[in-house]
Amino acid sequence: MNRQPNIPPPPRLGIFKFTSCDGCQLTLLNCEDELLALTGAIDVAYFPEGRRLALEGEFDVSLVEGSVSTPSQVEEIRNVRDRSRLLVTIGACATSGGIQALKNFAEVPGFIDAVYAHPEYVKTLDTSTAISEHVKVDYQLRGCPISKGQLVELLTSLLAGRKPQIPDEAVCMECKRRGIVCVLVAKGEPCLGPVTHAGCGALCPDFARACYGCFGPKEAANTRSLADAIRAGGRGREEVAALFEKFNVWAQPFRDERNRQRGDSNED
Amino acid sequence: MKTERTIKVDYLARVEGEGALDIVVTAEGEVTDCRLRIFEPPRFFEAFLQGKSREEVPDVTARICGICPVAYQMSSAHALEAAAGVHMGEPIRTLRRLLYCGEWIESHVLHVHMLHAPDFLGYESAISMAADHGDVVKRALRMKKAGNDLVDIIGGRSVHPVSVRVGGFSRPPRKRELKRLLPDLERTLDDALDVVKFFATLDFPDKEIYYDFVSLSHPDEYPMNEGKVVSSKGPSVTFDEYEDHYREEHVAHSNALHSRRVGGGTYHVGPLARLYHCMDRLHPTALQSARECGVPLPTTNPFVSIVVRAVETVHAVAEAIDIINGYNEPASALQEVPIQAGRGCWATEAPRGLLYHSYDVDESGSIVKAKIVPPTSQNQPQIEEDLRSYAPELMDLDQEDMTWKLEQLVRCYDPCISCATHFLKVNVIHPPVSSG
Ligand code: SF4
Ligand code: SF4
Repeated sequence: MNRQPNIPPPPRLGIFKFTSCDGCQLTLLNCEDELLALTGAIDVAYFPEGRRLALEGEFDVSLVEGSVSTPSQVEEIRNVRDRSRLLVTIGACATSGGIQALKNFAEVPGFIDAVYAHPEYVKTLDTSTAISEHVKVDYQLRGCPISKGQLVELLTSLLAGRKPQIPDEAVCMECKRRGIVCVLVAKGEPCLGPVTHAGCGALCPDFARACYGCFGPKEAANTRSLADAIRAGGRGREEVAALFEKFNVWAQPFRDERNRQRGDSNED
Repeated sequence: MKTERTIKVDYLARVEGEGALDIVVTAEGEVTDCRLRIFEPPRFFEAFLQGKSREEVPDVTARICGICPVAYQMSSAHALEAAAGVHMGEPIRTLRRLLYCGEWIESHVLHVHMLHAPDFLGYESAISMAADHGDVVKRALRMKKAGNDLVDIIGGRSVHPVSVRVGGFSRPPRKRELKRLLPDLERTLDDALDVVKFFATLDFPDKEIYYDFVSLSHPDEYPMNEGKVVSSKGPSVTFDEYEDHYREEHVAHSNALHSRRVGGGTYHVGPLARLYHCMDRLHPTALQSARECGVPLPTTNPFVSIVVRAVETVHAVAEAIDIINGYNEPASALQEVPIQAGRGCWATEAPRGLLYHSYDVDESGSIVKAKIVPPTSQNQPQIEEDLRSYAPELMDLDQEDMTWKLEQLVRCYDPCISCATHFLKVNVIHPPVSSG
């Protein structure tokens, strides 16, 4: 076969890990069938930790897993940004700080003491924050972990040079479309489906349990009216606050609602 | 002439996170420094579990590790049920084994092929290996997918399943969905038997280590969710007694705690330990493949762990097929667990070894205190011991080969991530040549 003399090199994809559980990267690996068509079309460079930035060259698309939770990561994410044409956060840790952002509400010394006998050995920031609090982010994938379907859509559309189609709707819509019995109305369970970003296909309701918000808030989520409704169903403030104190607790609407229930805000 | 050797590996294959290796051996063969450094940023799970309600715990602890979330869910759920003084009966017990089989398949296949095999076949990564051994890699992806699919059907998704609850499953898996997996599982069983044969022909470094093997042991089954904690140096202990015999310490060079025997001894958890104590309880198909593979098993050679993981993969696939064949979909697989104050301790067998959890729960069902001892914390002091004993034997090798052999020894313990796209970057620093 004749190669075109000036065929452009395949786009370079970088994968970077910050503070995380590796589950989102693993989801990427688990798309082997769907991504088979893409490999060959892209050149994949994997960086298991942001710190080893003996980074060479530039990236067309960088996928970033994990939150920023140590002093050196603040520098590392800037370096990744500088070398990336498009930067995409994958998963709740990168997009909203992850479950480790629970420490943002606590006294960190107390946190370290609870786990480590010698706190002086541990280097950590007081907060775990989303990538977008440090650098500009072009696209965000939500979920703890991300959805395969959304990931494949994102990569194929970016390669084709079109805008990814990732609808901003609630889990509730996916659930209704699938005809699943509503766990909130029918069973009175505190379901976050109405305020949670779609992507999982209403997995939890399909497994007869309430959504716990692992995809984080959808755009303009009305957490307040949902929280009020759940409270009206007889659940206490503490219990309602706990619903939001999970993998996306640092995402603004969830954080605000958590603070409102805990009385850490001036509202209400 | 032998000279002092310094081995430095800045990024090691994931050992429950990010790790590096530093070893210094003097010309006389004395190891003066040996540190497996873990610098994965801490995430403080035990701290923020405090105050969480019991029901939330399996969802939260799953997020400790994306490679073995089921293990974290299993240890959490069992420990919390124990805290309430209840024990799950059928069908929950068997369904939990089936779910664990799925995770063992995924995790073992990933480690054996993508991480460990390149060492033996002489490749720097699974990517370069794939160019010459495309069939091996393709077979591995196919097998891993069978494991993923099993966890998907029972748990909703393979990373952080949603159906696992304290008390069982929010909904039992559908019989027709499980049955649909059988052809793939049958094929995976054939594949897994071939994999045992294939890896048994490898050339293993000669290294026998007199380990204190620690694993669960159950009289009637290969250990996963139940049994006692047994040790080759004794004694056998119940979960409630575990902390009297095994203790964690915090060392300066690691963000992972180190666990040792009370009294200071190191010990080894994982597939080698399980096979050592429980080989006769393997599924007959797996037992036969272990006996006929040509490598003497059980073994105290850490390098042979690749064969042991392959044998355990056969076990997990064969047991999964049996369970699915006998499965009748129940109306529910969720048992009532009373809310009461108490303390619960439990351990299960994660793919890479014993995973211990303990919880103190108050009368409202909130967590007062949580303790989690992952397999890697337990193996880390043993890995350092192994390196100390192995490094002096390698002084005749050049720097590159010596580094590679030592890394390989570490990887024998680590069935974690490090997928097809993972590569390891090694820096070898030549020390000033000492006179001697
Ligand atoms: S978002 Fe969830 S699955 Fe993804 S890395 Fe973070 S903890 Fe793991
Ligand atoms: S239903 Fe909610 S908690 Fe469950 S997987 Fe979907 S987004 Fe996550």
